[in-house]
Amino acid sequence: MAGSKEIRGKIKSVQNTRKITKAMEMVAASKMRKAQERMRTARPYAEKIRRLAANLSHANVTEFRHPFLIQKEAVKRVGLILVTTDKGLCGGLNTNILRHTVTAMKAWEGSGVEDIRVVAIGNKGLGFMQRIKANVVAQRTQLGDVPHLDQLIGPVRVLLDAYTAGEVDAVHLAYTRFINTMKQEPVVEQLLPLTGERLGAPEHAWDYLYEPDPQLVIEELLVRYIEAIVYQAVAENMASEQSARMVAMKAASDNAGNVIKELQLVYNKSRQAAITKELAEIVGGAAAV
Amino acid sequence: MAMTVHVDVVSAEEQIFSGLAELVVLPGEAGELGVLPGHAPLLSRIRPGAVRIKVPDREEPEIIFVAGGMLEVQPSLVTVLADTAIRGRDLDEARAMEAKRRAEEALKDQQAKIDYARAQAELLEAVAQLQTIEQMKRLKNRVGGT
Repeated sequence: MAGSKEIRGKIKSVQNTRKITKAMEMVAASKMRKAQERMRTARPYAEKIRRLAANLSHANVTEFRHPFLIQKEAVKRVGLILVTTDKGLCGGLNTNILRHTVTAMKAWEGSGVEDIRVVAIGNKGLGFMQRIKANVVAQRTQLGDVPHLDQLIGPVRVLLDAYTAGEVDAVHLAYTRFINTMKQEPVVEQLLPLTGERLGAPEHAWDYLYEPDPQLVIEELLVRYIEAIVYQAVAENMASEQSARMVAMKAASDNAGNVIKELQLVYNKSRQAAITKELAEIVGGAAAV
Repeated sequence: MAMTVHVDVVSAEEQIFSGLAELVVLPGEAGELGVLPGHAPLLSRIRPGAVRIKVPDREEPEIIFVAGGMLEVQPSLVTVLADTAIRGRDLDEARAMEAKRRAEEALKDQQAKIDYARAQAELLEAVAQLQTIEQMKRLKNRVGGT
């Protein structure tokens, strides 16, 4: 029968697809472990610098207040750092964060924000922002599997400079938070001005000696703090990406298995039908003779 | 036993050292800096170079190379926030420019400036690294000699 050969071809092709998704699943699983590990190793630094920034934000109330710590009354222009993945095939991860971001952007526009500047980290977000004709002021893609702070300094700096120069009134950060292997959550949170709740309460207000001078030290410290947050976000995003990919690929492999099973059934039926038909023909032929 | 102070050396990417020390020597903004237990609270920028940590009950100090960073001293706690990347006003500026340039797909002649700033910073790092190696060598000789 003509159909059976086609079905056989189809089964072969689905089997090949399953091989690929299975391989991707295993690769993602091993990368996920490493990404989670990196996320954890970045924590002590983030924690220490947060504590230090909290101490500082209170120690210096009278002397000098850094612009990063001053809340602005009216927010007219907003900067956004959008962290997405470079590659696809990771389920709804990017779709979710982009949908979340667009909702946030609409809300800002509704509350009187006129200008939104986007810094895109990751290919998917960049492509999306360009499609919706957003103002992309800086980008960084192809981060690879291991994020380096070195790659993030530039893009972050663009918005920090804009903030210091008063060109944007607030900076937000959008990324996918890693909760566990099965659950990732898209979040858009405020980065600048630094809020008290993010910094936490100071444990002790030390009267520091500053070298070379307070202003410079605080400035550098806060910049590093912001970078540490962004780095942490990128690290979490990567862990989320790998686990989302693993789950998506596992589902794909399972689905391929089901399709193969169904096709096998159809193939067997058609083969059976062909045999029956042939037999009937032989019997019919013999009877005629 | 000598007085000790808790020392943490962390970078944005990993925890490098955590433990007790009798003395920490590091390249501060205003010159080589020795921190003993009970030091006054201090917040300083540090330059690329070697951080030497004298660990109790050990002859040789722990030597860690840092590419700059920040130092926080409390009387009973020393925290070194090490940079993983070489920093500098010009270089950061260059990085920002590069990020912008990527977005704008702009002209090529900026590349030269970035390359120059980067090369300069790499040179600085290499020199600091060499110094560290030299120091370690000297230390080895001294320990071997006595």
